[in-house]
Amino acid sequence: MMARLLDGVPRRGLGLLAGLLAVLLAAPWVANDYVLTILIIVLYSTYTGQAWNVLMGFAGQLSLGHAIYVGLGGYAAAALYVHFGVAPWLGLAAAVAIAAACGAVIGFLAFRFGVGGVYFAILTIAFAEFARIGFDHFRWVGASSGFFLPVANYTRNDLWNLRGDPTMFYYVMLALTVAAFTLCHVLLKSRVGYYWLAIREDEVAARSLGIDTFRYKMYAIVLSGGMTAVAGAFFAFYYNNLFPEQVFHISRSIELILGPIIGGIGTLFGPLVGALLLTGLSEAMQELLTALGLDAPGAKQVFYGLCLLVVVMALPGGVWPWLAGKLGVTGPRS
Amino acid sequence: MIPITTNSAGLTRRAFAAGAGAAGLLAVTGTPFNSVRAQGGPLKVGVLLPRSGAQAGIGQDCQRGVELAPAILRELSLPELAIMNADTETNVEVARARAEKLINEGAQLLVGAFDSGQSTAIAQVAEQKGIPFVINIAAAPQITEQGYKFVFRNFPTAGMILSDAFANQKELFEATGVAPKSVVFMHVNDTFGTSMQQGINAVMPRFNMPYQIVEQIAYDPTARDLSVEVAKAKATGAQALLMVSRLNDAILITRELVKQRWSPMAVLSMGPGWYEDQYLKTLGKLSDGPISFVPWYDPHKRLSKQLDAALAKAYPGINMNTNHVFTFEALLVAADAYKRARSTDPKALADAIRTTNITDNVSIGPGIQFNDKGQNDKLKNAAIQNRGGKLLTIAPKEASNAKPELPMSAYDRRG
Amino acid sequence: MAAEIYLNVAVSGVLTGLVYGLMAVGLSVIFGVVRVVNFAHGEMMTIAMYLAIVLFNGFGLDPLAMVVPLAAVLFALGYAMQAGIINPFITRPEHSQFILLVAIALVIVNVLLIVFGPDAHNVQTAYSFDSFLVGPLIIDATKAYVGAATVAITAALFGFFRLAPLGKAIRACADNYIGALVVGLNVKRLYALTFGLGAACVGAAGSMLVLLVDVTPALGPALTLLAFIIVITGGLGSMPGAVLGGVLIGVTEAMAGLFFTPSAKSMFSFALLVLVLLFRPQGILGTRPS
Repeated sequence: MMARLLDGVPRRGLGLLAGLLAVLLAAPWVANDYVLTILIIVLYSTYTGQAWNVLMGFAGQLSLGHAIYVGLGGYAAAALYVHFGVAPWLGLAAAVAIAAACGAVIGFLAFRFGVGGVYFAILTIAFAEFARIGFDHFRWVGASSGFFLPVANYTRNDLWNLRGDPTMFYYVMLALTVAAFTLCHVLLKSRVGYYWLAIREDEVAARSLGIDTFRYKMYAIVLSGGMTAVAGAFFAFYYNNLFPEQVFHISRSIELILGPIIGGIGTLFGPLVGALLLTGLSEAMQELLTALGLDAPGAKQVFYGLCLLVVVMALPGGVWPWLAGKLGVTGPRS
Repeated sequence: MIPITTNSAGLTRRAFAAGAGAAGLLAVTGTPFNSVRAQGGPLKVGVLLPRSGAQAGIGQDCQRGVELAPAILRELSLPELAIMNADTETNVEVARARAEKLINEGAQLLVGAFDSGQSTAIAQVAEQKGIPFVINIAAAPQITEQGYKFVFRNFPTAGMILSDAFANQKELFEATGVAPKSVVFMHVNDTFGTSMQQGINAVMPRFNMPYQIVEQIAYDPTARDLSVEVAKAKATGAQALLMVSRLNDAILITRELVKQRWSPMAVLSMGPGWYEDQYLKTLGKLSDGPISFVPWYDPHKRLSKQLDAALAKAYPGINMNTNHVFTFEALLVAADAYKRARSTDPKALADAIRTTNITDNVSIGPGIQFNDKGQNDKLKNAAIQNRGGKLLTIAPKEASNAKPELPMSAYDRRG
Repeated sequence: MAAEIYLNVAVSGVLTGLVYGLMAVGLSVIFGVVRVVNFAHGEMMTIAMYLAIVLFNGFGLDPLAMVVPLAAVLFALGYAMQAGIINPFITRPEHSQFILLVAIALVIVNVLLIVFGPDAHNVQTAYSFDSFLVGPLIIDATKAYVGAATVAITAALFGFFRLAPLGKAIRACADNYIGALVVGLNVKRLYALTFGLGAACVGAAGSMLVLLVDVTPALGPALTLLAFIIVITGGLGSMPGAVLGGVLIGVTEAMAGLFFTPSAKSMFSFALLVLVLLFRPQGILGTRPS
């Protein structure tokens, strides 16, 4: 099975991948807590980007309201923990189920009625906004004043209840990201993956070939939503508070998709490269500005936007394909 | 690669600790004067405020309190603080990351962060790392209900603000002989507004108020147009308006009150907005009258006058308000604790903060003390009224410097 | 509640909705013709609003008088944006366009933040607090003036697109891109002109909206979303549709606020949007794309 998984990946790529994994595994020993926090953010962005990529990159549907799955997953897992003492690993089942159901509803409404392209994107925004305002009034989980998870001075790591120090969260996020990668890689090589590719490239042609496009698009959105919900649950237990205004906000949806788009839609490593680049850029800008003594709030985001512009104009396929070319590791669909 | 920052003051942690250790040794064995200089230099205090994003204006206002502190603290013979400024960007995740960064760069104490959500995130980091965190402004009750040992709040909870608001209102009604029989409660639907709304149902029955709340109207914090909300409020026929809002909504609502020709008997606000400089400046004569029930400074206290004078010199034309007062007091707590702890060890600092008893302070009440949950539950809130672009304290009596004006003069009769 | 309350609120909703409608007309023109997903639409509007504020606070020029000059300035900005940056992206996939415009929006919002700060700015004219008493109705004077101005401008726009040769050329482009090319129209220039026109609408709307609403840099994204909702509800590529959509959304939100809790009134706009997308995706007055 390992052989089948690794089939088609160039040797050099494997080497680099192994190296990267080793570095990531060793990180907590060499990096301080601040760097670890940054890495957790990078991995989280990679994971959510990858989950979004399933819908966009693989099945070609642009979702601009993906924050809804993060929120649903987070609130579900958190509510079960706070109100019923259910551990997050069990609460995940509910989180994923609810988000998947939501994805199914959106997908059904959109795909059955032929809503695609930009209209689909706007539809997803509308649902996310609806959820945001709805949760703003949902008393059982704190409404707009926020939902707080109980915390304490941790003396030891409790993996079952996800209470612990940053190192524990780092490894959890790393594991999730690796799992997401593996899952996506497997899917890409499977029949489902090729159907998705066909649908993305030319849906009408795919349908005329007999592919049930409705069914496969539904798989994509349900899977994407479910995967994102896991990130939502992690988010809830890592930050220990949830506010509808933050969690469901359109700016979260947009942050979520910047990584995979910059990195390269539809590629496996796009989300990782994008997340690294964006987080790295963001921190570098912060350092540069502090060093220059410039204290204009908003300046960082301006540079950020300009960098995005440059990347989008100069590297339309994303940074990863270009980088992969340079590194000489292009595979069939990396 | 992600840059790993070293201490920006140029002193690595190890050198600092060695210096502090040596100085500490000297103090114990040495001189009869316990010069605080000998304790190893200024205390590194990380100040986290929203300097960009939606709350940027308030963050920048709080910063004024930070800037006025050093001179006054020096005059009080308190040790020096080395301030490390950080921007939470009005974002919970950024707040957390910046807190971690400050601690990594050697911050020995944290102060912040105006917003309940961001303060909660920072409190977790502080508790985990065992670094004391003194909250300047944040009203959500939960923050000091978590059993934290390193988090302290010198600011009232929503419940405290409400209790004092009702008590002060009764005092005002008795003093003027004017009291509304019905009010409509309008509140912004955000963290603070909802905390207050949930609190009202619990707190109000205890006070036997002369009025009934005929309707509760919640509105969106990003609402661009409040004409419908005000129309709804006017339609209830209530005599007075009970408010929890922010600055922008306060201005919008006042404009609508004028346009829709409704002058309530009183505007009783239990939150920010109606007394802020921008409100007074924008509305001119139309800003007179609203009464705000807020945590405030005691105009009779010596330190209040000193802080006010310093503010007037550095920023003429700006009224002293909650942001300046409580941010300053947070730093006062830090300096005072450092003086008594004589060490930068976080546990010693936290223990020192726990036994704080500062009576020469700015805010209303017996002074700054913390209960075993880290909350200053002795804080009193004031009632202030806008008059001629100035803010007069009209209640409680022991802290007041003016008489209340009730009912509010009608909008269409103000030249 | 007495009947006047409903009437007052409805009238207020219609008047405000007209201005949003004008903003949406700009988007309808851009989205409908150039097919660019202008996610920086609201941000462009905030530029116009800030300019109006500078002109008013600095030189005492009433925003209503500045409608045409600001429209011209935004026209130039839109033309430049389209010709300079956006043009290559027309044939690119939608997500590329989207990221480009999100990046532009991000830059605009934050430059405005640096220049003007995060506090709300507004314009207070001599008539800012006036209202008219018409029978049992209390009509906000500013909204009335703005409503009248919007109707005038929109009528002029319709006239342009229906009667002027340039207007007809632009509509031709929208209806049939290949056909337009075949007929010899300089499509690239027309696109830039159209984007400029859409931006001009935004300039005019912004100049007037600043009288009704306070501006902060964060207003941009909210207006962008609103513009899209209106355009989709009213009908893509249909200008009367955009105006109708604006009025409809304005009244719906106002009435929803009256009947239910105001903090949830936006939910109704979104619900309306979802219904339209599902059952009549071309919008109320739109035509099914060929």
